[in-house]
Parts: sequence; structure tokens; C-alpha cells
Amino acid sequence: MSVMVNSTQPGRLSGLLRHPNFVIGAVLTGLLVLAALVSLVWTPHAFDAVAITQRMQGPSAAHWLGTDHFGRDIATRLMIGARNSIMVGVVAVTIGLVAGVGLGLVAAARGGWVDDLVARGADVVFAFPAIVSAILITAIYGPGAVNAIIAIGIFNVPVFARVARGAARQAWGQEYARAGLAIGKSHAAVTRDHILPNIAPVLIVQATIQFAVAILAEAALAYLGLGTQPPAPSWGRMLFDAQTFMALDPKLAILPGLAIAFAVLGLNLLGDGLRDVLDPRLRTERVG
Amino acid sequence: MLIYLARRVLVLLVTLLVASLAIFVVLEILPGDAALLILGIEAQDDTLAALRTQMGLDRPAALRYLAWIGGLVSGTTGISHTYDVPVSQLIGERLTLTVPLALIALFLSTLIAIPLGMFAATRRGRPGDYGVMGFSQIGMAIPNFWFAILSILIFAVALGWFPASGFPGWDAGIGAALWALVLPAFSLALPEAAILARVTRTSVLDTLGADYVRTARAKGLAPRRVLWSHVLRNALIPMITIIGLQFSFLLAGSIVIEVVFALPGVGRLIFQAVSQRDLVVLRDVILLLVALVVVVNFLVDVATTAIDPRTRRGA
Repeated sequence: MSVMVNSTQPGRLSGLLRHPNFVIGAVLTGLLVLAALVSLVWTPHAFDAVAITQRMQGPSAAHWLGTDHFGRDIATRLMIGARNSIMVGVVAVTIGLVAGVGLGLVAAARGGWVDDLVARGADVVFAFPAIVSAILITAIYGPGAVNAIIAIGIFNVPVFARVARGAARQAWGQEYARAGLAIGKSHAAVTRDHILPNIAPVLIVQATIQFAVAILAEAALAYLGLGTQPPAPSWGRMLFDAQTFMALDPKLAILPGLAIAFAVLGLNLLGDGLRDVLDPRLRTERVG
Repeated sequence: MLIYLARRVLVLLVTLLVASLAIFVVLEILPGDAALLILGIEAQDDTLAALRTQMGLDRPAALRYLAWIGGLVSGTTGISHTYDVPVSQLIGERLTLTVPLALIALFLSTLIAIPLGMFAATRRGRPGDYGVMGFSQIGMAIPNFWFAILSILIFAVALGWFPASGFPGWDAGIGAALWALVLPAFSLALPEAAILARVTRTSVLDTLGADYVRTARAKGLAPRRVLWSHVLRNALIPMITIIGLQFSFLLAGSIVIEVVFALPGVGRLIFQAVSQRDLVVLRDVILLLVALVVVVNFLVDVATTAIDPRTRRGA
């Protein structure tokens, strides 16, 4: 395996393909993305097509996964829910990556009081769990998907700042970093040319994990009514609605939960596989 | 050690101060007029004016912040405008549910995770290991509130063993009260146990390769004894760090779980305070949650330093 890691790209790829976690994770994540993409151009039904006479039906040719308490097509709503989850994950992770990695890199390059400030600042933000910062934002600006995404993104900033800072500090201790400074490159140039490419694997793995954390957090917020607002479908809100009717129709409570669990499982396995293959020594924090 | 402690306490206090400022800015300065936010735009002018006076909104923000923090330090809190009782009383009543719930969940999670993690580590690469790691992956992927809903469906609705929601109160007897907390505590504990089992496995595996473990084995100690007294003690540090972190996730998780099971705890109080825009309650409860997280992290740092002086240098 260690030979694979140090070899060229094709070697790395075959290493990945022989890693069972990576393959399962990639397939599950692929299905999630596929469902979301297809929902952009086609869904079996309209997501808000109400048909009270056909409420809580079992799977059929017309409704592959049956209908909910308003007679709406569950498969359609799950597909659009996938789109919703992916959008939340992408935006929240991007916010965390851009702001967090930037702060972490600056902290590691400058050291001294800048480093202390970033580390302590991360501690403060870290004291607000995602759901608590989301509640703070919702209390002022009202519930909604955008506010939920911003809250989860803010929660991601200290996570990436810590990971980037830790990895970058290690990289700065290596000879190539000092050599870069010695030939007259600026700290910023060394960071761009050497530090960032070197810590990229850690960041990719952490991004995969935070994507999963974001999906879980959005589902919880939507369940509480603080995330995506009805009638727009979201997996978390579907579970909330199901609680009233699940004694009559258990599938209402089972299907959206399965969707969340498969999405999160896929991303976590993908992250595991990437970590083992990109660098077996890597350890990433899993927080959520 | 004393200097280290003093430094850590200072950091703790500064962190709390910055966090309280952040809460104050978000809840009382960003909205502009907090009274208008609470009552909505259809409110009568005199009602608004009365609430502004009651909340002290006619005073400068800096003074209001100092009054809030000063009040908390001296033990007097604001009056909730929806419940019309002091916030400290509201929180106090609800803590008697949330703290036991979080502690039971933490206990369950540790009880499940440590034996599983050690079992997996001693069977590295064998079916037992894969089984535990598979359980752990699935446990991490299941949202706690979905697990809660499924457990209600199976154990309350179908089998009728547990109440589906609500809490009888401690006055109804310890047995009945604990019985109502079984499903919520398991729902909170499962994802945390899944993470802790992984950490335990990794940590034990790291320690199993150490020289002193080989020495202990070589001098003829029983493998079981080596595992429990030599390995586990040294593997404990990363585990304590994670358990400490998990306490804050349990508190955050209790917000959702208390809503699922309609339990009258701190988490549900936050949720209600948001729906009713009770900012006076909200700022105190959120600061309380943040303070709990910060204090537990502080205790974890001190505990790991006490167990292993090597970590002090990196502080």
C-alpha cells in the first residue's frame, strides 16, 4: 500500500479502487449526486402535487416509493431533498474552507500574536455548536435554508482553521519550507507554492467529513423548523411531518431517515478511503 | 502546574467574556430594536414603549451589557416576558432534566464504546474488528433524531414498553422518571458511542505497540491484565478528550431530542424561546450552554494534563 501512495496518479487510483470503504463511499455519494442532478431536469411527479384521495399509499408503478400524508410522491420529494442537502453541504463547506483555511494558513505563516488570536478565536466560535449558532441567527433573521447554511458554514470555519493551522505548522518545520524562504520567496509565496499543496490531502479529507456533518446539521435544523421551509422538500422536515402519521404508515418515518443515513455513510466512507490512500498517517478530527 | 492552571483559568474567563459579547451583539445590537423584534410590527406604540423600558432599551448598549453580566455574576437574571418569571428559575427547573439526561447518555455511550473499541483493537483485521467498525460507521451516519423517531415507533407505538413522549417529573418517582428518559438517552448516546468506539480502538492500537506493553507481557502478566491496567490507562488521554467534546455535542443534541420526545428541558426551552422570540431567555440559555461547553473543555484539558504531564509543554 505504501508503494501505491508514493507512486504516480494511476497507481493511486488503483489503490483507491482496491479500498472497499472508498468504493462503497463513492458509489453511495455518486447515487446521491445523481439523484440530485436528475431532479434538476426530471422528477416522477411535481414535488407539491397534492392528491388527498391517494394519501399514504404503498409503492406502485405510478409512485415508486408511495405517497405521503398529502398524497405527494415520496420518491420525488427525496430526490429534491438530495439536491437540497448537497447544496447545503457545498455552500457550508465552501464557507468553512475559504475562511478557515485562510485564517489557519495566515496563523501558521505569521506565528506570534496572530497565531494566538486565530487559535483563541477558533476556541470561542467552537464553543457554539452548529445548532446553537443556527438558533441565534434564526432568532434574529427568521428561519430559512439560507440562514441555516450560513450558521453551519460559520461552525465549519474554526474546524478548518484548526486543521489547516496544525498541518501548516508541521509543513513549515520541513526543509522545503525553509529552503523556499532562503532563496528569497515571501511567506505568502511559500504558503501558496509549498504549504497549501502539501496540506491539501488533509483538507480534502476534512471537507468530505464536514460535508457529512453539514447534511446531518441541516437535517436537524429542518426537523426543528429552522431550516428549509415547507413546501420545499427537505429530509429533516419530512421526518418531522412523519411523526404525526408514522403509526398509520411507518414508511413515512423510515425512508427520509434512510436517505440521510446513506448520504452521510457514503461521505464518511469516502473520506476514510481518501485518507487511507492519500496519506495513511493522516489523522483528522471528526466533529459534529 | 500552578502557572499552567492560572493561565488556563484566564483563557477560560476571556473566552466566556468574548462569547457573551458575541451573544449580546447578535441578539441586542444587530436587530436594532429588540422590542420591535419581540412584539412584531403590528404592536401598539405604548406596548412597545413599555417593553423597551422593561428591557432597559432606552439605556446605552454598553450599560445594558454591563447590567446583564453584572446581574449574572450577582445571581439576578432578567424576567422572561412570555413566562413572567425570572430566567434563572426557568433554567433551574429545566436543568433538572437536561443534566441527568446528558449524563445518562454520556454514561451509556462510554459503557457501549469502550468495551467495543477494545474488543475491536484486540481483534485487528479479523471479523470482530470489521463488525465493530461497521457498527460504528452506521452509528455515525444515523441522525440521533431519526433514531429517536424509530425507537418511538418500535418501543412506544408498536410494543408499548416506553412512553412515546413527555416526562412525568421526578416527583412521580425515580423509576417512572428514569423510564421516560431511556429512549431519549439511547438516542443521544448512539452516535457518540459510534465515534468513541473508533477513538478507543485507534488509541488502544497505538498503545499496544508500545515498549512498556511488550515488557509487561514479557514479564508474564496475564494478557487481560496488561490490556485493562497498562494499555487502557495510557490510551485514556485521547478518549477523555473525545468524551469531553462529546458532552457539548450531547447538550446541543438534547435540543433536538427534547423536541422529539417533548421533554421539558433546557434544549426545548431554547427552541420555545426562539419561537416566542423571548430574547431575555435566549441570551441566558445560550450563554449557559456555551459556558458548559467551555468549562467542560477546560476540565478535560486539566484532567489530561494531570494524567500525562507530557501534554503540558504543548499548552
